[in-house]
Amino acid sequence: MPVHHRHRNPPIGPEHDPQAALSIHDVTVAYHRRPVLWDLDLDIPRGVLAAVVGPNGAGKSTMIKACLDLVPRVSGSIRLLGDELAAVQGRIGYVPQRETVDWDFPVSALDVVCMGLYRKIGWFRSVRRRHRNAAMEALDRVGLADFAGRQISRLSGGQQQRVFLARALVQEADLYFMDEPFASVDAATEEAILEVLRSLRDAGRTVIVVHHDLQTTRDYFDWLVLLNTRLVAAGSIEETWTPENLRATYGGRLTLLEAAGWAMGTAGSGQRRS
Amino acid sequence: MTMFVSDWQWGYDGWIVVITALVAMTCAIPGSFLLVRRQSMLGDAVSHAVLPGIAIGFLVSGTRDGGWMLAGAIVAGLATAMLTQVLRRVGGVDRGAALGVVFTTLFALGLVLIVQAGDSVDLDPSCVLYGQVELAPLDVVVVRGIEVPRAVPWLLGVLAVTFLSVQVLWKELLVASFDPATAAAQGGRPNLMQQVLMVLVAAGCVVAFEAVGSILVVSLLVAPAAAARLVTNRLRPMMFIAMSIGVVAAVGGHLSALTVPGWLALETTDVSTSGSTAVFATLLVILAVLASPQQGLLFGTFRRLALRFRIAEEDLLGVLYRREVESRGLGQPTGVHLSELGGGGPGLAFRGMMRLAAIRLRWAGYVTPFRLIPHPDQIKLTEAGRVRATVLIRRHRLWELYLAGAAAIPLDHLHATAMDLEHLAQPDLLASLEAEAAKSVHDPQGREIPRG
Repeated sequence: MPVHHRHRNPPIGPEHDPQAALSIHDVTVAYHRRPVLWDLDLDIPRGVLAAVVGPNGAGKSTMIKACLDLVPRVSGSIRLLGDELAAVQGRIGYVPQRETVDWDFPVSALDVVCMGLYRKIGWFRSVRRRHRNAAMEALDRVGLADFAGRQISRLSGGQQQRVFLARALVQEADLYFMDEPFASVDAATEEAILEVLRSLRDAGRTVIVVHHDLQTTRDYFDWLVLLNTRLVAAGSIEETWTPENLRATYGGRLTLLEAAGWAMGTAGSGQRRS
Repeated sequence: MTMFVSDWQWGYDGWIVVITALVAMTCAIPGSFLLVRRQSMLGDAVSHAVLPGIAIGFLVSGTRDGGWMLAGAIVAGLATAMLTQVLRRVGGVDRGAALGVVFTTLFALGLVLIVQAGDSVDLDPSCVLYGQVELAPLDVVVVRGIEVPRAVPWLLGVLAVTFLSVQVLWKELLVASFDPATAAAQGGRPNLMQQVLMVLVAAGCVVAFEAVGSILVVSLLVAPAAAARLVTNRLRPMMFIAMSIGVVAAVGGHLSALTVPGWLALETTDVSTSGSTAVFATLLVILAVLASPQQGLLFGTFRRLALRFRIAEEDLLGVLYRREVESRGLGQPTGVHLSELGGGGPGLAFRGMMRLAAIRLRWAGYVTPFRLIPHPDQIKLTEAGRVRATVLIRRHRLWELYLAGAAAIPLDHLHATAMDLEHLAQPDLLASLEAEAAKSVHDPQGREIPRG
C-alpha cells in the first residue's frame, strides 16, 4: 500500500503558491494515451537543491519536459517562479540528458556554452566578444577553460556533461532543471558538478535534478521528490527519506542491490557530513 | 582553359560553369545544415517532392523563369514536411517510411503534371529530371548593356537570399540543429528553424533543377557538404568550404564533360555537364576521405606505418643493448638474431620491417658497421646508439617498476606490457613516470635501471 504524503503540499485548488520556485497542479501527461505522469501536485520552494527520484519509466524526465512545455500535457497547470513559463523563460535553465544530442556535431565546447546566451543576445544578432568572454568564465568554473576550442566529440563523457553545465551556468537562471547530470561521469567530475550545484543553491537559485543514484541522494540534496507516475512523496530530505517512502516509490522493483545502496547512503551520510 | 580544351568558348562554356557554380553554392548552404543534422536524405526527398510545385508554377505562369516556380516549390517542400509529420502522428508510421511514401507520391504527381503539360507548353520531362544547363547560356537578357544568361541574375538573387538568411539566423539554426530541446526551452523555435531550412532546400532545388535536374540535385546538396565535413570540425568554415567545393565541382564537371569523352575515344560529342558535375562532386568526396588530415585514410595509414617503424627501430635498439649487457666480459659477438625480437615473428613483413629499421639506424649512426645494407644479425651499437637505447631501457624498466608497484601486475606479465608502453613518448607522461619511480635503482626483477 503506497504511502502518500500529499498533505505536505498545499490543498488542491487552482491557486499556486507564488513563493514556490516550481508549482505543479493536477498535471497529467500521456504518450500515445498511456499516462506517464498522473495527477501530479507538487511545490518546490526557492533556494533548494532538489532531487527527483524514481524507477525507470516513472516520468522523471517527462516532469521536467512538461515544466518546460517540451511535451504536451493533457491537463493541469504549472507555475515557474510564480508565473507562466512564457513570462519567465529567460530565468529558466535546462540541462538535457547528454545522449539527446549528437556529439559529432561540428562545434567547439565554447560554441556550445555560447548557446546558453542565445536568448539574451536575441534573434538575428550575432555572438560578440563579451558573450564569448562570459562563456569562457563559465567553462573555467567547471574546470574546462583549456578545452574551449576543442571539438565536442573529442571530450570525455564527463567533460561533455560539464560543457552542458557551463552552458546552463552562463544563462544565470534562477531556476534550473537538470536531467541526470551525474549519469556515467567519473568520481572527480561528479564532485566538480556537485560543487557547482551547491554554489548555485547557496546563491539563492533553485536546482531541480533528475537523479538515479540512491546511494548519493541523501548526501547531495536537501529536497526530495519521489515519483512513480504519481507523486509518492515530496519534502525536505530529512522528512521524506524514509524506508516506507522508498519502498512505495520502487515497489517490488527496488532490487536488493538498490536497497543495499540506500542503506549505505543512509549509514554513510552522518560520517560524510560531519 | 584553351590549353586543355580546344573548343572552349568563354561566352558559352564560361557561362555554363558560372551557372553551375552558383547553383552548387546555393545548395551547399542548406546542404551543410542537412548533413550535420543527419538529414541529408531529407534533401533527396525534398528535391523530388518539389516537382509538382515546379510544374504547377510553370503551368500557372507559362514561363520557365521566376517566382511562380519558386513559390510552388517552396509550398511543395513545406507540404512534404507537414504530410510526413501527419503520417507519423496520426498513423504512427516510421519517420523514414513516411518520408519515402510522401516524396515518391509527390514526385509521381509532378511527373504526371509535366507530361500532361508537355502537350501545351514547352516543358520536357527529361530536362526537368536531368537538367539542360547546356541550353541556359543561349537564353540571354541584357543587364546594364551586357548580355547575360537569363538564369544568372535570378541565381544570384536566390544565392544572396539563402546566404543572408543563414547569416542572420545563424545561431538560431545552429542551436536548433544541435540541441532542439534546449533551443525550445529557451524559446528558440526549433520547428520554425526546421521549416526555414526546408524552404532553403526547396529554393536550392528549384534553382538546381535547370542545372543538374531534379534527380542529381541531391549530389550538390550532399556531396560538397560531406567532403567539407571531412576537412573541418567547425560548422561555419565547413559551410564556406562546401561552397568552394561546389564551385570546384562545377568547373571540374564541365571540363570533364568536354574532355573525358575524347580521352575515352567515344564517338559521341553529346556530353552531359549535369552528370559529370555529380560524378566530379563524388570524386571530391572520395578525395576528402583519402586525404582528410583528421580522418583521412592516407594520413592515418602513414601515421600508423611511421609508428610501427619507430617501434621496430626501438625494439632493435633494445635487443642490441640487452645483448651487449649480457655478453659483457665474455668477449662474444654482440650481434642480434631476428628471432630474439619477438612480437611479429619471423614473417616476411616483419623481417622486412626490421631490415628497414637496421638501415635507418645505420644511416642515423646508431649502429655499426658501416655498410650500405647492414644485416640485423651483424650490427652493434655505436656510442650514440647506446645513449638512445639507454633511454629506452630506462623507460621500459620504469614502466615495469610502476606496473608491479602501483598496478600490481604479476612479474611474469610485466615485460610484454612494458614493451608496449616504452614506445610512448609524450613528455608529460614521461615526467610523471620519472616522478613515480624517482628513487629506484633496480627494477622489480632486480636489474639495474640505467640513468637516462
